[in-house]
Amino acid sequence: MREVDRRSKHSRRVFLKGAATAVPVVAVATSVTVSIEDAWADDATALSPATMKTLLKVARDIYPHDVLGDSYYITAIKPWDGKAAKDPAVKSLISDGITRLDQNARDRHKVAYAEVPWEADRVVLLKEIEQNDFFQKVRGDLIVSLYNQKEVWPRFGYEGSSAEHGGYINRGFADIDWLPKA
Amino acid sequence: MAKFDLNDSSVVVIVGSGAGGGTLGNELAQKGVKVVILEAGPRIENHDFVNDEWESFSQLAWTDARTTSGTWRVAKDFSGLPAWIVKAVGGSTTHWAGASLRFDEHEFKVKSTYGNIPGANLLDWPVTLAEMEPWYAKAEDKMGVTRTNGIPGLPGNNNFKVLEAGAKKLGYKTVHTGNMAINSQPRDGRGSCQQIGFCFQGCKSGAKWSTLYTEIPKGEATGNLEVRPDSMAVKIEHDAGGKVTGVVYADGTGAMQRQKARIVAVAGNSIESPRLLLNSASTMFPDGLGNSSGQVGRNYMRHMTGSVYAVFEKSVHMYRGTTMAGIIRDEAANNPKRGFVGGYEMETLSIGLPFMAAFLDPGAWGRSFTSALDGYPRMAGMWLVGEDMPQETNRITLDPVVKDKHGQPVASVHFDDHPNDLAMRAHAYKQGAAVYDAVGATVTYPTPPYPSTHNLGTNRMSEKPRDGVVNKFGQSHDVKNLFVSDGSQFTSGAACNPTLTIVALAIRQADYIAGAMQKREI
Repeated sequence: MREVDRRSKHSRRVFLKGAATAVPVVAVATSVTVSIEDAWADDATALSPATMKTLLKVARDIYPHDVLGDSYYITAIKPWDGKAAKDPAVKSLISDGITRLDQNARDRHKVAYAEVPWEADRVVLLKEIEQNDFFQKVRGDLIVSLYNQKEVWPRFGYEGSSAEHGGYINRGFADIDWLPKA
Repeated sequence: MAKFDLNDSSVVVIVGSGAGGGTLGNELAQKGVKVVILEAGPRIENHDFVNDEWESFSQLAWTDARTTSGTWRVAKDFSGLPAWIVKAVGGSTTHWAGASLRFDEHEFKVKSTYGNIPGANLLDWPVTLAEMEPWYAKAEDKMGVTRTNGIPGLPGNNNFKVLEAGAKKLGYKTVHTGNMAINSQPRDGRGSCQQIGFCFQGCKSGAKWSTLYTEIPKGEATGNLEVRPDSMAVKIEHDAGGKVTGVVYADGTGAMQRQKARIVAVAGNSIESPRLLLNSASTMFPDGLGNSSGQVGRNYMRHMTGSVYAVFEKSVHMYRGTTMAGIIRDEAANNPKRGFVGGYEMETLSIGLPFMAAFLDPGAWGRSFTSALDGYPRMAGMWLVGEDMPQETNRITLDPVVKDKHGQPVASVHFDDHPNDLAMRAHAYKQGAAVYDAVGATVTYPTPPYPSTHNLGTNRMSEKPRDGVVNKFGQSHDVKNLFVSDGSQFTSGAACNPTLTIVALAIRQADYIAGAMQKREI
């Protein structure tokens, strides 16, 4: 069978925003430092960097795929900052939602949500708010903003658009080779 | 290409350009009848279709406001999107998968066959399979249905091969790559299937039959057919004698136009067609045009549907190739011993990663959900489609609050599953899972119904005017020169996909209309 190359081809451009763009991607990919990782959140204008970082954690906890690095989740949640800049209602939806989540985390674990060390504990905190508007909006947005990234598709063995490659008629539409003889 | 005057009252106006409207328009045009098709959506040719689920959805889907109610899960998960159908020239024949099956004999006689089912508003069709057979044959030839007219079946893709192997292990007998209106060899000026996948996103190669690039250009070539895209019908008008006189529609600029007509045929799908009739209420027809029976909008059917996805140890890549070229027909018969009347088909289905995320278990999150998606390349999938019970209370009404941009009340879709639907779905989930378990599935997922693709029954055929909206030719019981030409005519839904029957009925209706026009009956 023709398998799909599932290695990450992500450019990590989201990390590099604001950093030196002349640095060769290959070099950076192996030497990503915490400070560069943090840089993406500092770009936020309407929402605080701390809110953005917590939102990243929330996104990972809602749809945890261990094979995906943070970059895909950052791409998925970053647009919230722009939406918050345009609409005060969105800004308070996200800010207040994170504030409440942090408060719940402190009540339970004495630390903010993002500092709660174990996913299982954070999921309990999310479960408590899964009916509220903040959670519903963030989750509903993620289902498209995460899974509709073309860069994400090969990581799930999905090849996307095929017409320009002549379809699959000569590219493995019927190449399954492990079934018992019918 | 023809261009008819708004005041030309000799034309037949058809609302909608899909399987019913597009076919009727071409058939009439071929017979020398002048036709104007009003299509609410834009004209998008097939080379402009995109192999991208969400982008294509934005390009083709009907996303104008609708409201929902009822206990069906779609009302909760997709409250503004009861149906996944198309707003574009070609209608939902751009989006359909191509499965083209004839009804069984008993499926035209459901009341006689199933008897009294509490809560179900069953009625026999005023036509029989024997009467429909010649029209089915014409439809199959027109559409180039595989395994008819000497056309070979499509080659099976990976998803089919998994289905087939499981079905055979389970002892199912009728298993093949379907009766598909998709060219397995070049035919009718269109090439053969390139196994692109993305059948739901519009066939870029044109191998799949769609009125967009078959019926409509053929009709236009006669000089008798004019298709007006971006033309949303808002009201059908009538005269003091109770005959319809024309259709008021909003053009692309939003301006209201009035196309006069000798005959009006409504083919806007089972949600929009009753909506148009209800929005056309007048002093003479206070409950909606052609609604003396009170049945306009009622008996809304959407098929018992569901999917089963299964994950295996090794790769399947189900998305490669034709989406629905695979079927198990053994459960399609009526066998009440299973605990329900009617039957269901099991058909291969795949959706891409973006739609799998959206539809596998809407609203779900966390590791059980992501674990399922992690299995995507090793997944096989099938769609379960079966007969659902017509119920008077499942209906399209005019929303009392929400209006569209032209100020017209939008359609409100109410649906509750009938106990028979639930029993059938439970059986189908179990059998679907068994097919995959038989060839080593490590996990199977029963997947809830998607927004409705098969919308049926809301202007149903009946022998007696009090039982339904139209007669056996789709002609209104109340208004002689008003016809219904889409799936809303269906008296019952049958187990199989509806398009072939819609097309067969449209060909037959064209014959009837042209004859009646010639005899000056209408």
